[in-house]
Amino acid sequence: MAPETVIVDSAGQEPSRLRRLGSWEAALVAALIAVFALGSASSGEFLSSYNLFTLCTNIGDIAIMALPMTLIIMVGEIDLSVASTLGLAAETMGYLWSHGWPMSAILVVVIALGAVCGAINGLLVTRVGLPSLAVTIGTLSLYRGLANVVLGPLTVSNFPAPFNELGVQNFPGIPFLSWSVAIFVVLAVVFGIVLHRTPLGRSLYAIGLGREAAVHAGIRVQRIKLWLFVLSGVVCALVGMLYAFELSSAGESIAIGFELKVITIVLLGGVSIFGGVGTIFGVAVAAFVYAGLHSALLLSSSFNDNDFQVVSGGLLILSVLIPNLPLFLARARELLRRHRARTRRRGALRRAS
Amino acid sequence: MGEDSGTAAGGEPILRLIDATKAFGAVHALEGVSLELYGGEVHALVGENGAGKSTLVKILGGVHQPDSGMLVAADGSELVLTDPRDARDAGISIIYQEPTLFPDLTVAENVFIGRQPRRGRRIDHGAMRRQTRVLFERLGIGLDPDRVARGLSIAEQQIVEIAKALSFDARVVVMDEPTAALSAIEVARLFGIVESLRSHGAAVAFISHRLEEVFAICQRVTVLRDGRRVMSQPLEGLSASDLVRTMVGRDIAAREHVAREHGEAVLRVQGLTRAGIFEDISFDVRAGEIVALAGLVGAGRSEVARAAFGIDEYDSGRVSVGDRALRRASPRAAMDAGVAFVPEDRRQQGLVMDLSITDNIALASLRRLRRHGLLSAAVERRFASDWAGRLQVKYGRLANPATSLSGGNQQKVVLAKWLSREPAVLIVDEPTRGIDIATKSEVHRILAESASRGVAVLVISSELPEVLAVADRILVMREGRLQAELIRAEATEETIMAAATGQAHVLAPVLEEDAP
Amino acid sequence: MSEGRSAAAAPGAGETASPRRLVDFVLRLRTFGIIVVLAAFVLATALDQARFVDGGNIRFILTQTALYALVAVGEAMVIMTRNVDLSVGSIVGLSAYVSANQFGAHHAPIVVVFLVGLAVGLVCGIANGAITAIGRVPSLVVTLATLYIIRGVDTIVVGSGEVVASTEPNSFLNIPQATVIGIPVLALAVAVVVAVAAFYLNYFRSGRDLYAIGSDPAAARLAGIPIARRVFGAFVISGALAGVAGVIWASQYATINSTAANGLELQIVAAVVVGGVAIFGGSGSVVGAALGALLLQTINSALNTVGVSSLWTEAIAGFLLVVAITLDRAVQLRLSAALRRRRVRLGA
Repeated sequence: MAPETVIVDSAGQEPSRLRRLGSWEAALVAALIAVFALGSASSGEFLSSYNLFTLCTNIGDIAIMALPMTLIIMVGEIDLSVASTLGLAAETMGYLWSHGWPMSAILVVVIALGAVCGAINGLLVTRVGLPSLAVTIGTLSLYRGLANVVLGPLTVSNFPAPFNELGVQNFPGIPFLSWSVAIFVVLAVVFGIVLHRTPLGRSLYAIGLGREAAVHAGIRVQRIKLWLFVLSGVVCALVGMLYAFELSSAGESIAIGFELKVITIVLLGGVSIFGGVGTIFGVAVAAFVYAGLHSALLLSSSFNDNDFQVVSGGLLILSVLIPNLPLFLARARELLRRHRARTRRRGALRRAS
Repeated sequence: MGEDSGTAAGGEPILRLIDATKAFGAVHALEGVSLELYGGEVHALVGENGAGKSTLVKILGGVHQPDSGMLVAADGSELVLTDPRDARDAGISIIYQEPTLFPDLTVAENVFIGRQPRRGRRIDHGAMRRQTRVLFERLGIGLDPDRVARGLSIAEQQIVEIAKALSFDARVVVMDEPTAALSAIEVARLFGIVESLRSHGAAVAFISHRLEEVFAICQRVTVLRDGRRVMSQPLEGLSASDLVRTMVGRDIAAREHVAREHGEAVLRVQGLTRAGIFEDISFDVRAGEIVALAGLVGAGRSEVARAAFGIDEYDSGRVSVGDRALRRASPRAAMDAGVAFVPEDRRQQGLVMDLSITDNIALASLRRLRRHGLLSAAVERRFASDWAGRLQVKYGRLANPATSLSGGNQQKVVLAKWLSREPAVLIVDEPTRGIDIATKSEVHRILAESASRGVAVLVISSELPEVLAVADRILVMREGRLQAELIRAEATEETIMAAATGQAHVLAPVLEEDAP
Repeated sequence: MSEGRSAAAAPGAGETASPRRLVDFVLRLRTFGIIVVLAAFVLATALDQARFVDGGNIRFILTQTALYALVAVGEAMVIMTRNVDLSVGSIVGLSAYVSANQFGAHHAPIVVVFLVGLAVGLVCGIANGAITAIGRVPSLVVTLATLYIIRGVDTIVVGSGEVVASTEPNSFLNIPQATVIGIPVLALAVAVVVAVAAFYLNYFRSGRDLYAIGSDPAAARLAGIPIARRVFGAFVISGALAGVAGVIWASQYATINSTAANGLELQIVAAVVVGGVAIFGGSGSVVGAALGALLLQTINSALNTVGVSSLWTEAIAGFLLVVAITLDRAVQLRLSAALRRRRVRLGA
């Protein structure tokens, strides 16, 4: 029994995997325009440089993490440990910095740490054959726990100015653009090219839609999956540094719960939780729909971050429910048909007796 | 439903399917098929793959509902089966080729799931165990009711399913190729059970590709071809060749064989061994030669091919192409050496069904289709349309998913995917399983043409007429070993079967297996 | 016929007895393993710090375990069906606040407070179950979302306030200390719940269905098991038990803000899986899940006793989870290999 079958839905039946490609992205672009139109209509501040910069800082890190997550979900796996990897990396950096390590050495350690975290996930999934869901729930807890231990209740916040500015200054020349979003844009282009224009990218779709057929076409499925987890670990660790610079501090429960936001953006972006469907463009648009909605709600009403958590969860559920709509309709028709058939049979039995 | 007679044909059928039609999308699986099952009779259901047998079984089992037509019970009332439970309540039991048991539950629980004997509202585990043991005694097998189903052999799993059928006193038992994965001893035991079901008055529908089995235990036969019923009558007076002719729709004529020049040995397999699966397999395939690997299901043919291509591991031995030894367990290495492999299961292994026709044809050639390091949709489309044209694939649009194609055209897409790599070695596993006769001969022509261009072709097939039609040389495997090597001139269905079964003489020529 | 039977039955008996023993043995080994690890921890800690095994500390561990085991029972039933409920921590948190708040806001009696907690859990469980079973969406995604939705609702409901001990009656706050013949009442009550759940899972058709669904969903559909209804039921039970556990949480911690029971779901999933419920579904028991909870609590307490920081709690839970699934997988591979070999030998 394949471990992959774990996230098959309760009826054991997978919803139609091919959503009409393109229409989802088109809907997202429409949603993006709507969100920004509503935002600017309800508050004059929405389009201000300051607000857009805040919006960017809020979404940049999460959007970057969504890129490797997109590839992992594309091959039918999941990584729930991203936020914990981020936290472990940030707190390790804090610890090393407070012990006088130079930033360059810390960078090397953090990259290695991310690679190890990702490799542990990847090896357990590919070599031992465990479901990524279970593995990464475990490492979500494990990495976060280690992060707690590294710094304890301390907070380290005296990072050198040039690094902190990476977090609080805008990208040179563009006042509303945060460094994180600038990095995201560059990475999104790279990820987009890899996913959509290279044999490797095509292999990811093939793995997600038909793992066995991919193996038979010479695609090295296990190796690719392993490297995707390592990639995710490294990217999350680097985001950990960036995020700590943005906060100007590294401390307890940093970035807790980010996995929800990351997964929400990926699925909202049109990537199927069963793998094999989706685009980087969709995920990128989804990130800004999400950020725009967050910002608009915060500005226009008494919403705060905690309230947005509810919206965020709702978005996640919607983005997996909506692709199932045709399935519901088919199922409703089927139930109706069966009901009629049963009534017919009862009638027949009555006539017979 | 009080009849308890052992009366054979003549009375009213216990279950009657009238004029059933079922289509899946554009494919008509069944068209106006009727079937009458009588108590105390074993009714053979035969036909080529894709003839509609599986669909028929699933309609009887309540898994599919016919688009039109009806089922009629013994009392003349219409029977509407909306799900498998309805079928069970109506006294119909289906034994699948590979039963789906719950691996974590005990054997007894598997027999009684959903109907566990109760005392009050509580399950009475003791009674369940006792009743299971009684059923097993009736079936003459000493399975422990308390062991979990995980690890049961297929034969044992079937016994559990049959016990389930007995437990609710099924009047109709449908067996979908129950013998495909069984050893001779297990088949004999199964026949004993079938005979006992029959003598207790049940109607048994028996599906098998082994005609000798059909003649051994059945009294009546229905032949399906391309979704239609083409024959239904008592078996008496019919011969195996009558059935084969009816199944295929024509006399099997030997194809004329074009002699080809054979070059150097290209694919070399030496001493390939995988413990418990195959042992010490050595053979060569020369350029321009078509070699067939024949044998019964489970003889290890597909496993040898999979190991040679690097899908599966092997313990010892060597596979080489030209002078180059292939790294084990690496399909990529085999592909780089010029090996192409069309696998057995088209839908799972051959194609990514939800990807487009273009993507599927290009999937094994992506690295060669790069321009400036990147893939280009236009280049891929041109490539795919070129190869789809060469193999005469009939498609709507290249951007449609592979699911939009008929089985035969799907197989051509798989062939296009591999032939477009211009391989030196082409391994094809069951190349024509479940595809229509016209496309079948096209596939044979494609194989012959490839060989003419100097490709070394290895064909695995369970259909002897196919083996005889395409092969220059035939290797016969039996129980994991190479049993015989026959050159074209000395090969007949009889000689191949004799080697495959290890017997001197065998009655029926058609050995086959079915897609799951 | 009878002759054929005895001939077939004789070798049959010998052929099947040993695989059964092998499988049984491995399953027993699993439970046994937990107990051995448990005993080892208790012994090692007690040798170092004798106070670890005094009555007070044991009672403390049992009381702590009661809460975790209660939630773990529901989670185990969900995981058996090859699903997962990640929202239990949030349900416990929301229920703890809403129920305990009834004291201050409405001077409600304790029984009503428990009912309120149960109701909160039921509503959450029904939401999870409905979306998963009717919406046919992976429970992982659904409960990850409701984890945050419920926590978000909790935050909104709590606002800037919190429940403090002074608003709660002493009779409520003393529940964790209550004992019968030296055993905490809570532990006894939860033991009863575990026993009832175990009885249900073993002796009721619908209970057996949960195992069947997790063991092979496709076969369950062929067998006509109402999958959606059963999965829905498992989520409702999981929610309800988490709701009641929320009230117990309130009585144990007295002060409740919006972060109550944050991250509890990880401890619970770890306890269930360590307790031998297969993450693929289909096997395991609620007794095992409760034992898993006991093991986790004992380890936490032991580390605490020998002076290891409680910061390690989370890391240990994660580590144990990963180790448990890895070992289970290894054993399962060995077992099926052994069964196959045995068959090859006998078949030859």
